[in-house]
Order: sequence, then C-alpha cells, then structure tokens
Amino acid sequence: MIDIRHVSKSFHKRDAVVDAVRDINLTIARHEIVAVIGPSGCGKSTLLNMIAGLYAPTRGHVVYKGTPVADVNTDVGYMTQKDNLLPWRNVRDNVAFPLELAGVARSERMERADGVIRHVGLDGFEERFPTELSGGMRKRACLARMLLYGAETALLDEPFAALDAQLKLAMHDLVLRLAAENGQTVVLVTHDLMEAVTLADRVLVCTRRPATVALEQRIDLGRPRDVLNVRFSNAFKAYYDALWERLRLEYHEDRV
Amino acid sequence: MTVPGTKLEQPEVLDGHAPAVRPPLQEMSGVTMALCQLALGIAVLLAWQGASGRLVDNFFISNPIDVGRRLLGWTLDGSIFRHLWATVYATAMGFFIGAVAGAILGVWLGVSPLASRLLNPYLNGLNALPKVALAPLFVLWFGLGIESKIALAAVLVLFLVFLNTFAGVREVDQDLIDGARLMRATRVQVITKVIIPSAMSWVFAGLKISVPYALIGAVLGEMIAANRGLGYLVQFSGSQFDSAGVFAVLFVIALLAVALNFLVEIVQHRMERWRIVGR
Repeated sequence: MIDIRHVSKSFHKRDAVVDAVRDINLTIARHEIVAVIGPSGCGKSTLLNMIAGLYAPTRGHVVYKGTPVADVNTDVGYMTQKDNLLPWRNVRDNVAFPLELAGVARSERMERADGVIRHVGLDGFEERFPTELSGGMRKRACLARMLLYGAETALLDEPFAALDAQLKLAMHDLVLRLAAENGQTVVLVTHDLMEAVTLADRVLVCTRRPATVALEQRIDLGRPRDVLNVRFSNAFKAYYDALWERLRLEYHEDRV
Repeated sequence: MTVPGTKLEQPEVLDGHAPAVRPPLQEMSGVTMALCQLALGIAVLLAWQGASGRLVDNFFISNPIDVGRRLLGWTLDGSIFRHLWATVYATAMGFFIGAVAGAILGVWLGVSPLASRLLNPYLNGLNALPKVALAPLFVLWFGLGIESKIALAAVLVLFLVFLNTFAGVREVDQDLIDGARLMRATRVQVITKVIIPSAMSWVFAGLKISVPYALIGAVLGEMIAANRGLGYLVQFSGSQFDSAGVFAVLFVIALLAVALNFLVEIVQHRMERWRIVGR
C-alpha cells in the first residue's frame, strides 16, 4: 500500500544542511496500523509529510498504491497535534468542508456532516466554533471530517499529545473503531510508547535526528482491541519493555 | 475610552474606624465627567474669546462668536452642505476604490511569491513616496474636478489596505492550506475558502486605519486645486485672511472625522458579532 524506499530528506537552514530523515525503508500493508515512535523533533513528522506529498524526498521514493508520490496525496487524511480546523467555521461547516470542496449540495452535505458528527459523539455541538470546544472535541471534529472525506489512509501526527490520559483512552478507542469500520490504513507518529503499543500492529522505533529505523516490533495483541484493558496483559508488558529498552537509548544522551 | 463598571475594588478597612477615604478623582461617574468635559470646553471658549483682541490680534485667532456666526451663516444659506458633500463623496469613493484595489493587489501578491519578489523594490519605493506628492499628477490626469481628489484618497487607502492584506495572506497558517489541498481543494478554492477568510481580520484592520487617510486625501486634494469641498473652503478662507472662516471649516472637518470614526466603530462591532473578524 505504502512503500518507502531508501528515503532521505534534508533541509537547508541558512548555511547548514539538516538531515531530518536518513535512508528509511518501510512497507505498510493495506489496513495495517503502524506507529512510528522516537524522540520529539527527530524527523518523524517529515516522514508523514512525504507520504502526504507535501515534501518531496531528497533521495529515494515514496510509492503509494504502486505510484510514486509526486504531488499532494489526496488519498490520505492528515491529523496534526495542532488541529487544523478552520477557526471561522463552526463544527458542521468544518466537517462538511471536504464535501463543499467537492461541490456537494448544501442540504446533502449538512445532512451527511450531522451523521458523522453523531457517529464521533459530537452531536449537540454542530453550531460551536473550534475555539469553543475542548481539545478532545476538536480531535473528534477532525476525525469526523476525515471520515466524511473518506480518506483511505489516516496520517496521525502526535494527534493526542495535548490531551490528558483519560481523554487519550477515549480517543484511542474512537480511532481504532473508525479505522476498523472504514478499513483505513493508519500511520501514527507519536512519542507516547503506551499509545503506540495500544494502537499499532507494528511499532518502529526511530533514532534521534536524522531519523532511521532502529527497531521494528510486530504487536500481536489481536483485534478488536480493548484499549482500556489491553495494557494490563503480560504480552503488552513484554512488547512495551522490549521497545522501551531500545527507545531509552535515544533519550540517553539527552540532557533532560 | 472609559468603560463604566470597571472600577477597582476599594480595599476593605478592617479596624472598625475607617479613615474618610475620598474616592480617587478618575472614578467619578459618567455624568459628572460629561459635565466636567462641557465645563472645560466652555472655559477654553471663554479664554479664547477673552484673549482675542486683548492678548492676541483678532486677525490671527478670530474669536468663538465670529466663528459661530460664520458656521450659522453657512448653515442657513446652505453653502456649507455643497462643500461638505463634495468632501464626503470624494472620501467615500476614494476609500471604496482604494480598498478594493488594495485588497485585490494584496491577495494577488500574497499568493504569488514570484510576482511579489519581482515587484518588491518598486512597491517599497512607491510606498515610501509621500503620496501627496502625486497630487499635481492627478490634477493633470483627472482635471480640477472631484476625480483628482478621489484618486488621491484612493492611493492613500490603497497602500494601507494592500500592506495589511499582504501581511494577512502571508500569515495564513500553512497547516490550513495543506489540509485543504489534501482534501482536493483547487488553487482557487484554497484562495477563496482558506486564504481570504483567514486574512479577513487583517484586511479589516487595514480598512479601519485607512478611513482617516481617505479624508486626508480628499481634503488635501481640494486644497491643491478645486472649486468646492472643505479643503477648498479652508484654503480659500486662508487666502482671504479670514481666520474665522478657517476655524469654522476646521470645526466642520473635525466633526466629519469624528462621524467617520463613529461609523467605523459601528461596522467593527457588527463584524465582531458576525464572527467575521477574529478567531
């Protein structure tokens, strides 16, 4: 589904060249949920931007469904930590935005928007503006919009980093439910190991900048997963410990 | 601006016998303040009237009674309205044309990096140029009529609105643009549905600050070459050594400026209610 072949990316900052990503190889299957974990600012987001076609790799190719990504990849839905809802539109108009872009008639898009808003548990907040919502509600609105757009791949860039622990669990449950219902492929970038193991079929540990894959771990915890209780199983703990053993090396040299 | 009801709380006195604290003067009620303001105005007028002809020659500073008489005369014979209308018309037309042109130019250059880089030195030069110096050119192009005043007002407004719009378009959150593009937005849709609404608060800020400049442009244009308008009237009165006339026109111009500011406040208030401005 997504084939990342020898991809490197460097940025020019003034005179210096910063390597964000170095020689990453990764194949993601359809319907797979892959979590990429690593220290903050290590270049994980750059990887998502390249899958979305927002950046071109300096070297290598990102191949999406057999075609190299050359322009904006409109098959993906992108969710960032700083949720990109349009601040001057209320929830309904934000969620319906992709349909509006596609030229769907107003009455139809309002009806369909209200449907997905109900589905993510935001009903009653259709008329609210993003600034009037809590962080979790804004995430729900973003997910509803992605759902209505019908993105076949969801790119999630530390989407829940700003939420408290309880809200995170609710959002994890929602993400897994939506991905399963819609057969989405998910690439999740996070620095929360608990989140990565809870959600993913496969976890990749990235090194500090420039990001390369240090460890790849398959997570066989079955589906559907109970996000509340999965973390108390022995299998979960084993995966968590194995990944943390490698991940801590990346933090080791940090003067935290 | 004073907002009623935002007084600081008086500190509580704990030990029973409160000292007779006089409330600070700035906390006086709105009515008292209005009376004080009125009294100040009357005092200044009286001082002016008293000084005129005694301390300073009446020829230079005239006096409130003569100025008032002049205003009354112009109002009764209706001649002031012809001039007032000419200035209001030139201000409004200049504002409208300048605002539209400035906003279009700002959006266009904001979304095309090539054009903005290409035109950058020329726009900087034009912006640095005191626009008033263009007045003779406008008289040459548009004649002595109202068109040259509109042009001068428009050019002043244009640059202010342009600079604000341009900055607003450049400030648009790239994440919002990327998000729309990932949802198959065309370039036109990105501009109309993301960039322009996002830059709106900047555009309105530009419109707001440019209203007084439209008036300046119109009045200046009339002072340079015209046969009507408040600028013409102030110039004409001055050349006749009629200081009462000059003061009378200044009073009318000040009234007009205050009225325009009031209008802007009302519009801004509406905009905020409609959530067009702000996030």
